[in-house]
Amino acid sequence: MSSDRIAAAFARAASERRAALVAYLTAYDGGFEHSLSCLLAAIDAGADVIELGVPFSDPSADGPTICAAMVRAREHGATLTHVLSLLAQLRAQRDTPVVLFGYANPLLRRGATRFADDARAAGADGVLVVDLPPESAAILREPVRAAGLHWIGLVAPTTSAARCELVARGASGFLYAITRAGTTGTALAEADSDEDAALRRQLALVRAATRLPVVAGFGVRTPEHVARLAPHAEGVVVGSALVEAALAGPSVLGASVRALREATAR
Amino acid sequence: MLRTPVDHRDDDAPGSFGRFGGRYVAETLMPVVLELEAGWNAAWADPDFRSDVARMLACWAGRPSALSPAPRLAQALGTAARVWLKREDLNHTGSHKINNCVGQVLLAQRLGKRRIIAETGAGQHGVATATVCAKLGLPCVVYMGAVDVARQQLNVLRMQMLGATVVPVEAGSATLKDAINEALRDWVAHPHDTHYVIGSVMGPHPYPTMVRELQRIIGAEVRHQLHAEVGKAPDALVACVGGGSNAMGLFAEFVADATVALFGVEAAGCGLHDRHAATMARGSEGVYHGMRSRVLQDDDGQLLEAHSISAGLDYPGVGPEHAWLHECGRARYLAVDDAAALAAALQLARSEGILPALESAHAFAALPEVLATLGFDRGRGEGRDVVVNLSGRGDKDMPTFAAQLLARPETP
Repeated sequence: MSSDRIAAAFARAASERRAALVAYLTAYDGGFEHSLSCLLAAIDAGADVIELGVPFSDPSADGPTICAAMVRAREHGATLTHVLSLLAQLRAQRDTPVVLFGYANPLLRRGATRFADDARAAGADGVLVVDLPPESAAILREPVRAAGLHWIGLVAPTTSAARCELVARGASGFLYAITRAGTTGTALAEADSDEDAALRRQLALVRAATRLPVVAGFGVRTPEHVARLAPHAEGVVVGSALVEAALAGPSVLGASVRALREATAR
Repeated sequence: MLRTPVDHRDDDAPGSFGRFGGRYVAETLMPVVLELEAGWNAAWADPDFRSDVARMLACWAGRPSALSPAPRLAQALGTAARVWLKREDLNHTGSHKINNCVGQVLLAQRLGKRRIIAETGAGQHGVATATVCAKLGLPCVVYMGAVDVARQQLNVLRMQMLGATVVPVEAGSATLKDAINEALRDWVAHPHDTHYVIGSVMGPHPYPTMVRELQRIIGAEVRHQLHAEVGKAPDALVACVGGGSNAMGLFAEFVADATVALFGVEAAGCGLHDRHAATMARGSEGVYHGMRSRVLQDDDGQLLEAHSISAGLDYPGVGPEHAWLHECGRARYLAVDDAAALAAALQLARSEGILPALESAHAFAALPEVLATLGFDRGRGEGRDVVVNLSGRGDKDMPTFAAQLLARPETP
């Protein structure tokens, strides 16, 4: 696998006794220049891994914040070709691993093999597709892996131990554990609630199913949230909160990322 | 030349119709659709469950629906063939949608679900779902595009009177596809206690198969009723196609019988070179709303906004089994525009005394082309039988008819 940028990022975080901070931003939100400035700001403020959202017309697994970001990105003309150009520009300037995060149709429309090759050429390290569960994933997963990219697995609060193993078998790079049933931006369980306990059990289940790093996400907005999850996962994802911060510009986004990164100690 | 899709076996790869169908949902929903598939298979194999469904359809929803001869329409169309109307408009709530809702809500109850959600375009599926939920005492939330809320006010009021919560969806084109997105967002947030009653033969497996089986009664009754009338099977079946549930319900019984020609009619909206909902004529393969099927999309794989005067056909996808029937040539798909559908509604009203839903009017608008294709036009077709699915009644469309037809000075 090429992407040892992903393995290296988790290894570095582990050696610093902290969880990796995974930052999600919707590509092209605010247009090419704004989006590139925000990605650079997030990386320079300490994001260890970037999840780059590929805009889609019908993001049925996303909540209002990311839906609105996708509408803005598409109003700026975002297509998959533009997203890959943005990624190539970013890659020319930084080595931080990037996972393309999106829905199947735009990726398949390009042709699975062509997409995989183009993503690799643009400097992607992995691909995560919301609506390709393991039973339906082979059409894109095999070309993506053949191109030397990681196929990131997704597990949810509804995923059983047996399914965790199924997801883990097809995955590399890391596993993304959704912390709460719902769309992106759903509130995280209250500390010490029953749901919080269920979340910890779920993370333990995922941990038992894989040797890959596990990252936890959905509803993680604040340094307190990051600090709560960091002991239970190798990485923590922040999405909607950063998409909101990016609206106020790269420097506000950078400050948010810095504060989150300081809360990653394990 | 019509071919029988001999390799069409949706039981060897679950939920696949050729390469169409499948299951493309977020991981949170995967265990839920797997549980639904198992629950559905067990229920449909259980004679007690099937008898509960049949009984509710007979004693409460008014089945069987009539098969009406339409001699004045046939005469107006210049055919010697007999034209028959399958009267789904006479069902409780005024369309075929009730067949599916009775089955799915009874299934949800059997699976211990405590809450029902649905999407709706024209409002017919929303009304049918709200009606069954009221009857069975389950809370019901219906997502409906804001544009459709405005053009189908009567159905919104009906749902509210039945105790359902109607949530207008402002996102995207604010029509059926956006209502489905919002229902999916609700379902992903309530995966354990909620059943999502999808209104058509679309979505992830098992929906396309389950909804087809629940609608199969339409064609099964036609076979029986027509045999009693004329002692033979139909020569052709005609139905409108949005997602395609009334059409699959009519076709399913006859797909294996190659002597029966199948015609689906989609909405050409303002025209095939303008805004339309013609997924067969102008769509291409894609993965959308949990299924692989044909969709209206751009080169980047972004969905296009569909358009039809009929809210129930205003959808940029189509059920995967239709995509398969289209591809293997077993069914033929025609497209008729808004103006033709309006004219056909008026023609049916005045020849047979029935106001059809705008959706169903598309099937009637295609009849001249269907009859010509079959060689039943210009006084031909003696002894032949063409069955049109009159999938719903037109009361809900009165504001559109009033604005588009009755306001025009040239309308007699």
